[in-house]
Amino acid sequence: MMKIRDTSELEKYRKNVLEHRDAGHRWISLCVGTGCIATGAGRVAAALRRELEKANLKDVQVKETGCPGFCERGPLMVIHPQGILYQNVKPENAADIVKRTLKGGEVISELVYVDPSTDQHIELEKDIPFYSKQKRLILSNNPLVDPTSVEDYFAIGGYAALGKALGGMTPAQVIEEVKKAGLRGRGGAGFPTGVKWETTRRAHGRVKYVVCNADEGDPGAFMNRSVLEGNPHSVLEGMIIGAFAIGAREGYIYVRNEYPLAVKNATLAVQKARELGLLGTSILGSHFDFDINIVRGAGAFVCGEETALMASIEGKKGVPRQRPPFPSQEGLWGRPTNINNVETWANVPLIINKGAEWYSTIGSPSSKGTKIFALVGKIRNTGLVEVPLGTKLSDIIYGIGGGVPGERKLKAVQCGGPSGGMISAEHIDVPVDYEGLKKYGAMMGSGGLVVMDDSTCMVDIANYFLKFLLEESCGKCTTCREGIERMHELVTKITEGKATMDDLGLLEELATVVQDSTMCGLGNTAPNPVLTTLRYFRPEYEEHIKQKRCQAGVCRALITYWIDPKKCTGCGACAKKCPEEAISGRKKEAHTIDAKKCIRCGVCQATCKFGAVWRR
Amino acid sequence: MVNLKINDMDVMAEEGQTVLEACQFYGIDVPTLCYNEGLSPYGGCRLCVVEIGEGRSAKLVTSCTYPVSEGLVVRTRTRRVDRARRMVIELLLARCHTSKTLQDLASQYGVEKVRFSLKNDDCILCGLCVRMCKEQMMADAIGFVDRGKDMKITTPYNAKSDVCRRCGGCMYICPVCSARCQGPDTKDALCNGCLNMQPTCLESYDDAQCFMSEGNCGTCVREKAKEGGNKGV
Amino acid sequence: MQMGETGVRERRALRPPEEPAESRIDEIIEKYGGERRWLINILFEIQTEYRYLPKKALEHLSFRMGIPLIDIYGIATFYKAFTLQPRGRHTVTVCLGTACHVRGSTGVLEELERELGICPGQTTPDQEFSLETVNCLGCCAQGPMVVVDEEYHGQMTPANVKPLLAVASKRV
Repeated sequence: MMKIRDTSELEKYRKNVLEHRDAGHRWISLCVGTGCIATGAGRVAAALRRELEKANLKDVQVKETGCPGFCERGPLMVIHPQGILYQNVKPENAADIVKRTLKGGEVISELVYVDPSTDQHIELEKDIPFYSKQKRLILSNNPLVDPTSVEDYFAIGGYAALGKALGGMTPAQVIEEVKKAGLRGRGGAGFPTGVKWETTRRAHGRVKYVVCNADEGDPGAFMNRSVLEGNPHSVLEGMIIGAFAIGAREGYIYVRNEYPLAVKNATLAVQKARELGLLGTSILGSHFDFDINIVRGAGAFVCGEETALMASIEGKKGVPRQRPPFPSQEGLWGRPTNINNVETWANVPLIINKGAEWYSTIGSPSSKGTKIFALVGKIRNTGLVEVPLGTKLSDIIYGIGGGVPGERKLKAVQCGGPSGGMISAEHIDVPVDYEGLKKYGAMMGSGGLVVMDDSTCMVDIANYFLKFLLEESCGKCTTCREGIERMHELVTKITEGKATMDDLGLLEELATVVQDSTMCGLGNTAPNPVLTTLRYFRPEYEEHIKQKRCQAGVCRALITYWIDPKKCTGCGACAKKCPEEAISGRKKEAHTIDAKKCIRCGVCQATCKFGAVWRR
Repeated sequence: MVNLKINDMDVMAEEGQTVLEACQFYGIDVPTLCYNEGLSPYGGCRLCVVEIGEGRSAKLVTSCTYPVSEGLVVRTRTRRVDRARRMVIELLLARCHTSKTLQDLASQYGVEKVRFSLKNDDCILCGLCVRMCKEQMMADAIGFVDRGKDMKITTPYNAKSDVCRRCGGCMYICPVCSARCQGPDTKDALCNGCLNMQPTCLESYDDAQCFMSEGNCGTCVREKAKEGGNKGV
Repeated sequence: MQMGETGVRERRALRPPEEPAESRIDEIIEKYGGERRWLINILFEIQTEYRYLPKKALEHLSFRMGIPLIDIYGIATFYKAFTLQPRGRHTVTVCLGTACHVRGSTGVLEELERELGICPGQTTPDQEFSLETVNCLGCCAQGPMVVVDEEYHGQMTPANVKPLLAVASKRV
């Protein structure tokens, strides 16, 4: 590849790329994000290619693209130019797709999305309510590009923002634009990005750094994974523009180890950008030099905290340090460093291309732009959702998410990962932005939304998060290390029905101190799951303590499995599967479970074909 | 020089000093555990927390690591501060109750019960020994291993160290090792012996002996020993 | 794991944990210019090479890079991606993220523990399987997730565990 030496060559390159593409040509976009790979997308791609080869359809191209977010229905493919979406595609469907759709022009109704509320078959991607109700400024690009191809990125208008910035704006003007747009950090804290850039730019020192935080450790959040995996160049472009504005010559993308595909695609993207001269020296003919290093995480959630992340980049343990001094003043190796989240960087080319004024019309007064949310848990349409900030949570859950499956009722939505809090069903109309959730003691965080129904026990959820944080704490601060362990002990006691009301009081006291006096974000938000579940579900805690009962039927010590003698056929299938041999009974006679031996694993209930095993 | 307020007093401190150093200069008592003047500050024990700022943005920070700045407002004994310190003491006692330093702190702050199960560990992970070994003795024989609740201080692979010079610095500086409390013969983790008695020191001395730093007085304990029962020192 | 895998799996031979060669460690250090900031990358390469971080490798690393052994050992034990014990031929990783938890990953993990007879972090005595847990793979829509040797398996239930292990153990 020839290096692009200035902005006019940039546009020539783009023109060249577009000329070699037929706008009306047929192609298939197939998601090969990690999620769809897990359900076999790789095999679907291979099968499609084989069938196309057999049918001699040389004009149809199969493009393996990034994640569009409709994860519940993967493997997903869209046939262009019509825009027909096929869901849950299996390798066996490939022959049919080639024969009936591509050759015969017929839409295969079994593969088409069916709206569960109307039973209507919806053929076109753009008409599906899951998509049409979103505002997909960033996610819409994922299914249009092969993340390993820089040409694809150019074809959708990529790097035009970089050309605009380097071709006619000063760093100060770029910062002004980002400030005016009102972009706030998408990693959770929501600090105004433009202000952070300005502070770093003004900080004392010639050597500065920009960092992309792709550590996304919140369980249940995968927004960053999908953007970095699916459209890495959008992040690169944002970083190059940011580095130009701040005056940084070196950048780091810190990707967690659990995202191998994101590491791979980001590394490849950096390589290609270097080949084109978009990274390196004298970028686009300016005096601006900049290059990016990819750094892998090594299995520590705490490294999502910015000072721990920097320590990790420096090759040390990811132990957070106190702020002040803030990274903008003293960051990597003591030098001014600007750290932003993947999604924040991905928003930058948008702002530069279309202008701050346009950007600031989207969202709410305090929170501009769109935000990608990961909608997971007990929800029909699990996946990634992008909406303007300020959208009501109920619109996301019901309008886009399709509500809670089965006959279950919504109980709560956990927002913002282990640092966040619960929004209980009664407050579900809350607008989701940086400020809206605060009055309920929760925060939007990085965008994870875990939906819970009435089969979820809130005490168990609090216990889960405490266990998670216990393992991830770096161990430095007494209040975090000892405090979380003791909170976990207390909540476990509650789930086992062994706690007293005094224990509940102690839990609250401890939670307040941990929140108050721990140094870093992991520790001082660790009590949030406890405090917010207590705030809205206190009766559930008290029921565990006073009545020794778990309403949701989750806490093992407080539930029993029993066999309904009227329904039991005596087939003995459950007894065979029971790991503790706790089920006994004669053939063709009703069996019984010995509660003392039973470990409440639930295998018997899963095995029984007659619905005879119950839990209470 | 920067101007700041400590406990409503206008004071001055040098740029680059920590709040703790400023407090100590003015004789304002702030308890510490993981701090030592000759070693770099760690900020891990959380005992030296003080309240900074005012109103809704007031927060607790460790004074041993927090830098002084112009116009900073610091308060060293508030309800929030005491509540935090008491819980820290309680948590550390639950971990290791055989430390006289911790027992004295418990008495000083009125911690009268330990409501957590006792771990009977002999280390509070303050890291003084690690920093002693690294910074003063330049040996780097021991360090923090693992993280979170499994974190401990040991040599690589828990094996006998080639670089340890047997200087004893780690034992010298340890707040647990240096003054082992053999007091609590009671069921609970707390001795609080001195709380239940009139400080006998005041009969002999003008100043109370208990709360002076590195107090090794133990007159209360000695008195009890004289009465009968061998509590030892 | 590659994008667009063709379904042809490469055979991986199981090497017994071998003595790390100092020259190989030196090569890896050289690749990163001996710079302290790449220590974690260097440890990853050593671990890929030997299936774990051998003691001799860390000692040699300490000597070559002038970093106290306790610092390297501390880093190796701090980050959970590193292991100081040799891993088995197959690594089974269970995701314990919130979404997977809510969908029943605990049951899947327990079944795996029962079938393999080991706890997370351990390896079966015959060196065949190592069991690990991870705190979110980012495939929350397909949970509960189990990864076997870089192959992702979604919507796992306790009932699927035995067949999964059977298929995995046939692979070399």
